[in-house]
Formats: sequence, C-alpha cells, structure tokens
Amino acid sequence: MAAEQPTATVPGDQTRIHNIGYRSYDGPRLGRAYARRSLYSQSLRGAYGLGRSAKSKVLPMLLFVVMCLPAAIMVAVAVATKANDLPLDYTRYAIVLQAVISLYVASQAPQSVSRDLRFKTVPLYFSRPIETADYVRAKYASLASALFILTAAPLVVLYVGALLAKLDFADQTKGFAQGLVSVALLSLLFAGLGLVVASVTPRRGFGIAAVIAVLTITYGAVSTLQAIADVQGSSGSVAWIGLFSPITLIDGVQSAFLGATSAFPGGVGPSNGEGAVYVLVTLGLIAGAYGLLMRRYQKVGL
Amino acid sequence: MDVTVIATESLSKRYPRVTALDRLSVDVGPGVTGLVGANGAGKSTLIKILLGLSPATEGRAEVLGLDVATKGADIRERVGYMPEHDCLPPDVSATEFVVHMARMSGLPPTAARERTADTLRHVGLYEERYRPIGGYSTGMKQRVKLAQALVHDPQLVFLDEPTNGLDPVGRDEMLGLIRRIHTDFGISVLVTSHLLGELERTCDHVVVVDGGKLLRSSSTTDFTQTTTTLAIEVTDTDEHPDGTRAVREALDARGVTVQDGSGLPGAGHVLLLTAAGEETYDLVRDVIADLGLGLVRMEQRRHHISEVFQDSDAERKEAVGHGS
Repeated sequence: MAAEQPTATVPGDQTRIHNIGYRSYDGPRLGRAYARRSLYSQSLRGAYGLGRSAKSKVLPMLLFVVMCLPAAIMVAVAVATKANDLPLDYTRYAIVLQAVISLYVASQAPQSVSRDLRFKTVPLYFSRPIETADYVRAKYASLASALFILTAAPLVVLYVGALLAKLDFADQTKGFAQGLVSVALLSLLFAGLGLVVASVTPRRGFGIAAVIAVLTITYGAVSTLQAIADVQGSSGSVAWIGLFSPITLIDGVQSAFLGATSAFPGGVGPSNGEGAVYVLVTLGLIAGAYGLLMRRYQKVGL
Repeated sequence: MDVTVIATESLSKRYPRVTALDRLSVDVGPGVTGLVGANGAGKSTLIKILLGLSPATEGRAEVLGLDVATKGADIRERVGYMPEHDCLPPDVSATEFVVHMARMSGLPPTAARERTADTLRHVGLYEERYRPIGGYSTGMKQRVKLAQALVHDPQLVFLDEPTNGLDPVGRDEMLGLIRRIHTDFGISVLVTSHLLGELERTCDHVVVVDGGKLLRSSSTTDFTQTTTTLAIEVTDTDEHPDGTRAVREALDARGVTVQDGSGLPGAGHVLLLTAAGEETYDLVRDVIADLGLGLVRMEQRRHHISEVFQDSDAERKEAVGHGS
C-alpha cells in the first residue's frame, strides 16, 4: 500500500479531513491459480447458501438435514437394538435417497452457473486472468465437492454409529470405503450432468426443471423398462437398460465392483464384463460433461 | 507523450460475413482517450482483442507494452474492464460482489476487502453498498460496474459506453468520475461512446472509428481550439426593441463579421463572432455600452467535436459529389 496522501489540515477545511485520497495498490497479485481457488471456495460455499441471502440457505441446508436424518435414525436403532449389522449398506444409502440428491443438484447447479449466464457476469470473469478452463474446473469441482459433502456426511454418521454400536471394525471400514468411492463417482457424474443442463438454460426455473427431468425421468423410464424386461424373463437386457440413467449407472458400477447389492429388479446387478462397460460409460459421461462445459464457455466468452 | 499505452498495427478482425476491424493502426498514450464510433463501428471488437480474448485476424496489438496474442493473462491482470451491458447479479450486495471480483483479479482476501471499501467510496457508493444490487438505480449500478473494473488498481481501464442509460445529471457525474480516474487515480482510460459531444469535456485524445477503419485520431484540443468563438447575448431596451439586431449592425459597421447562433439554445438572441484577440472583447463591450444595452452573457464557445465531424462529413460528401 502506498502511503496515505497527507490530509489537508487547513483550519476551516473540515470537510476534507477524512478524504484520504486515492491509494494505489502495490501488494501481491496472486494470479490465476489463486483466482481459481477463490472461485472454487466461493462456489462451494454458495452451494450451501453461505455468503448468500438467508433465503438461499434454506433449501440446501434442509436437504442436508433430510439426507443425514435417516442415517442418524438407523444408527440410533442399531445402537439401541444391539443389531449385528446396519439396516442399510453404505453403498445403498445414496441409491435409496436419490430423490434428495437429485433435488439438491437441480437446485444448486443452476444457482452455480445459470446466474452468471443470466446476469451476464461471465464476461467479468474472463476479463480477468482466469481462463475458460479455470472457470469450468472451479465450478465443476465445487459442485462435485458440495455433492460429495451431501452424500458422504450420512455415511460418516453411519460409520461412526456402527463403531459406537461395536459392529465388526474391518467389515464396516471396508463397506464405508466402498461407499465413499461410490458417492465420489456419483458426485462427479451428477455434478457434470447438472452443470451441463444448467449451463444451457440461463433461466433458473427452467434449469431446475430440466435437471430434475434428466435425473428422474431417465430413472423412471429405465426402472420401468427393467421391470418389464424382468417380468418377461429377459433378465439379460435388465443390465443393459440400466446404462441409460445416471443413478442405475452408479448402481451398476457399485454392484459389479464395490460389493453392493443391486437395486435392479431381481436383485441381480451387471456381471463383471457388463460392469466394465458401466465404468466406461460413467467415466465417459463425466469426461463428456467436462468437454461440453468447456465448449459452452468458449462460446460465451465476452 | 512518449509512453504508449495501446498500440495497434494494421489490426484486422474479420468474421465470415462482417469485417469488424479493417487495418486499424493507432497509438494511444496515457490519459483519457475516447473511442468514438457509431454502433457496430468495431469498438467492442477492439476491446475484446485488446483484452486478449479474441484473436485478431491479422496485424498486431500491444497493451502496456504486452503483446495481446501471447500475454493476454498478464494484460488482464493490469487492466480493468467495464462492459456495456448489465453484468451484476441482483441478489448480492455491492460489497460482496466487488470483493469477489477483486479476488478474481488475484488480490489476497484482506487487500480485496480494503480495496473494495476504498473503491466503492471513490465511485460514490456509501451506505447502500451493503444492500442487494437488485434494488439499485441505473446510476448506482453503473458505479458498481465501474468499481469492479477499478478495484484491483489497474494501469488502464476499458470503459464500454459507461454513460448508457443515464439521465443528464448521472451522465455528468459519470463523466466527472472518468476524468478523476486519470487525474486523481493515475489510471489511463479508454472510454467508448457513440456520442461525440460527451467526450470533448472528458478526454485528452479522441480516436474515431467508422466501419472498422480509423477515421481520425488526435487530441481534443486539436479538435476544438482551432478558433475561439464568442457567443454574446444582450437585452432589449425601449430605444432598441431588437437589441440583438442593433448590436449586429453596430458590429458590422466596425467590420466584425457576426453570425446568428442558429441551432443554439436561445437562437435568435445569440450572436457568434470570431475573436481575433483581446481587442475583440473590448470592442464588443464598448459597442454594447454605447447602445445602452445590457450584456446578458459573453462566453467563449469551444467548437464541439461533432461540428468538426459535420464539417469533415460535409467535405467528404462534397468530394464524393465532385468525384461522380
């Protein structure tokens, strides 16, 4: 900081006394990486309404509580009844509460990117040192982190509760780790899909509707088709149909590789071979979402 | 002006159907520079290129001695940009928004907050800076936009149509503020406008573009101080029911050419004459005193830039006329 300009102390010139004049800045300028980190933390806080109005805190906080409450109840029951195992697997938890997760993505993805597009704040970012890739990465990482916090917190509750209930440590730790990998993948996938949809719908209301549509309509369609296929006895196609909605995709990956029991009709998840396809499709979707976001923001520019 | 802030050399930008810039070569020194042109003349395209956000089709440009093609990020760290359009989210306060933008420019958190408080005060936002931007007037929003362009203490700011949508008072205040950005803050300014008249009070230098081509680049004093014109207005008396005409006749008799100020406020009552020097003022005073009239006003009238262009337009049309 430059020294303050000497203030006028001429008698009678009272109005000027507090005018310290313009001070130039010659402190550090921390550049791109710092700006990207700042955008990440600002967006992550924003995803829970922190640093925003009280009104915008209500929904994310409510969903967070709704997400954790069943876990707390299960833990309480497990401790009270001295059960041998938790009523729900770590990997199943997110699948069961997928509606809450979808609602969270639908409400927070548009608030993360649609606002910048709708109010044309994006040019202000790109007139600064950060570039398209920095913006996209910061936004993607922040929403994925927010989702991870949402989905991993109840698992932590379950895990701590399981240890308190003196359930088998090795067993619980393995299940907890598998659960964390699964929700990490789910967070990346849902964040990517949510952001892509939100980034092409500047109007926030449309954004919310579109994200819900992508996440729940596909699930509805896929699970209906799976049920029909199962009833008609073509159980082979059940696994392939599961590739077409995000939540069944995660379900397939974790039942093939993370020791989860599948929620597919018949309770049979994809085989290892099919599971590999699930992993590839999931990673492909995550990469594709990132690529689409990059393309979208290269166009938005200034 | 030996330091060059912006230098372009046959800079062109062609889109598939439009040529936005056509071999534009211009040097801009420190101070306040006006970039004038009609809508679509290539002003915004030029700013985009100068920020290193859009590659030029051909030619080169430097900002603060840095090549726009290779040093875009370095330029953007030292330059501020105020867009023409709305760019403010309505649900955050000016303080929060400007702090965030300061951090986006690389300022550490504490410095970002200090600079935000300083900058908002300098642009004239006080208690209202804690309220959500959505409730601000257009003038206040323009100030927030200006503040986010200045918060990181750039060496140069690009202001794209900063007076758009402002009422005359707001316009004057904004122009005064722009002047202060250079005189008080020591920051060079490139300000665009499609209104020539606005820029003559504010700018040291004016660059005029038209259809992506450079029409003229010179200092405002060159534009407006080639001659001094005096405007005078007098009262009528019983003896001279038309005072203006009486003065005009009296001055004509003494060999001073007088024009009536048609097109000016108070047309019909205003006389324009070219001041050759001190003696013209004395002459006018004496003539009016002799006639026993009251002198309402006598002022130096600088030529408006627009008149200069009207003249050059007229010349051009004449030239075209001769050519055909």
